[in-house]
Amino acid sequence: MAAIAQRLDQGRISFERTDDLTLVMHLSGPWHLQRDLPPISLLLTELDSRPSTRRLAYETAELTHWDSGLISFLTNTAEICRARGIAEDRAGLPAGLRRLLELAEAVPEKKGARSEAPRVSFFERVGNVTIGYGLSVGEFLGFLGDLTRAFVKFFRGKARYRRIDLLEVIQECGPSAVGIVTLISFLVGVILAFMGAVQLSQFGASIYVADLVGIGMVRDMAAMMTAIIMSGRTGAAFAAKLGTMKVTQEIDALTTMGVSPLEFLVLPRVLALVLMMPLLCLFADLVGILGGLFVGVAMLDLSALLYMRETISTLTMANLFGGIIKGTFYGVLIAIAGCLRGFQCGNSSSAVGDAATQAVVMAIVMIVVACGLFAVVFNFLGI
Amino acid sequence: MPTGANGENRSSAEPHIIVRNLTMAYGSFVLMRDLNFVVRRGDIFIIMGGSGCGKSTLLRHLIGLKEPATGDIIYGDINFTRAEPEQRERLLRRFGILYQSGALWSSMTLAENIGLPLGEFTDLTPAQIREIAALKLALVGLKGFEDFYPGEISGGMQKRAGLARAMALDPDILFFDEPSAGLDPISSRLLDDLILELRANLGATIVVVTHELASIFTIANNSVFLDAESRAQIATGDPHDMLAHSKDPRVRRFLTRGQEGGDSVGSHE
Repeated sequence: MAAIAQRLDQGRISFERTDDLTLVMHLSGPWHLQRDLPPISLLLTELDSRPSTRRLAYETAELTHWDSGLISFLTNTAEICRARGIAEDRAGLPAGLRRLLELAEAVPEKKGARSEAPRVSFFERVGNVTIGYGLSVGEFLGFLGDLTRAFVKFFRGKARYRRIDLLEVIQECGPSAVGIVTLISFLVGVILAFMGAVQLSQFGASIYVADLVGIGMVRDMAAMMTAIIMSGRTGAAFAAKLGTMKVTQEIDALTTMGVSPLEFLVLPRVLALVLMMPLLCLFADLVGILGGLFVGVAMLDLSALLYMRETISTLTMANLFGGIIKGTFYGVLIAIAGCLRGFQCGNSSSAVGDAATQAVVMAIVMIVVACGLFAVVFNFLGI
Repeated sequence: MPTGANGENRSSAEPHIIVRNLTMAYGSFVLMRDLNFVVRRGDIFIIMGGSGCGKSTLLRHLIGLKEPATGDIIYGDINFTRAEPEQRERLLRRFGILYQSGALWSSMTLAENIGLPLGEFTDLTPAQIREIAALKLALVGLKGFEDFYPGEISGGMQKRAGLARAMALDPDILFFDEPSAGLDPISSRLLDDLILELRANLGATIVVVTHELASIFTIANNSVFLDAESRAQIATGDPHDMLAHSKDPRVRRFLTRGQEGGDSVGSHE
């Protein structure tokens, strides 16, 4: 008798041999899923030590409680027995347990139901990823084409959308975003001013902090920071909203009603951002300059009047409009990323979350790339 | 195109939807091949079959949300699959579709949901549109709920409101995707009665995706039975006839809830 010492409050197994061919497995104690169950390897070791075993019987007089843990243990046992050509005698098991085992074995495993991940070679994987990117570029261009057609219809006054929807989106991505844009732009202005002040005050040229902050904010930082805020706020919201509408078949309902979802849903969103981004950028310019002014007055002992005069004298219209054009363009990118990812959303609630995440990532990547391109182009044009 | 129309019972014999050699596929995975069936004008036609066999996908093909891999779907004398976009859009306007979850636009009130198609495709004034929306809601037992948002009413009510929207443009053909899913037996019975009323009073053709046997035997007079295993249709016709005469064990098992046509429930041969 090969008893294995185990704790008393959990399921135990021990083995007994009635003759050379028969092995009796004693199951005792409570077999709860929540507790440690004996490993199946105990049976394997026992069988390996006596390869002559041809029959397995059970004895369960001391079994006090059992649940799925025991059933799963016994189905594993059954598989081992089948593999080794050992006959099972289940007469010693409780009747309920026997019936459940029969039920579990009644329907043979459906071939192909278990999806086996085939081993994919490195090159195959690279190829698949490349094809995937190719397809998504295609989808992106297709979406841009459809959107352009929708805008053509819009300018001819034939696009179908609800004015109230447009106003709601404008409210959502304009006035509602002012708070966070204020906070972030003010802080960016302060940060720029500090960065400049450390170096410039060494030369006694603290006043040039005004130039640094003014040009930095107006040319690039205001548009960039506003765009990043908006992609996190509005881009993600667009993707989540459209993704949910996809899941609940609301987009299908529009399509089959003969209303283009692109005109009805995407058009107002792109329009709203195109209208609101320039205003938000202008506002961020102002607040950023005030942030710089705050540092200048509080830390560098500059007079507010001097600071503002320096700012005004250094800024040009080209700076101002350049920044606003950038911001507007970023707005288009955010709306496209959000709406495209929303439309591509899969059919589950987790897919909606993925769509929102991907929309933000895609928007930020496109914004930064666009910012780089703008820098090159503006440099080339001498702005 | 079959021409079974003879003078006196023209209304019931005129084909309304013809599906010809339709193969449905997701990429390279073929879901069903070579579907062929005819829905006559005024039929209540059931698309049935076990879970996951492609019933809802077939519906998506019928309403143009998915393109057939091969084959044609023909409405009257218009080949829907090959029609020009404008022609397709005109045809779509004659469809009313009740989606599985209702699919009401959640940012609009019920009246606005029903009013949207009316506003887009008719010349009615806003006041008239509101009147019609109220009427359609009253027809499905939702009188007085015009200004509720879909999120504020129960699932069964959403489904009925979805039906009211589907009926907004007085469609020729109504499509129902699992109308009784998620409804209690009484609501589902009421919905069946409503479907029968609609056919009787509007003369509409009705296509229903369902696996609810009680509902099938109450409303249907024609059907197609899809089988996932063989990826083909294995029976067409009146489900009552199928129950009485079909010899196919898969059909018998389905229509008798597994009591006939093979061994116990859940087993596979």
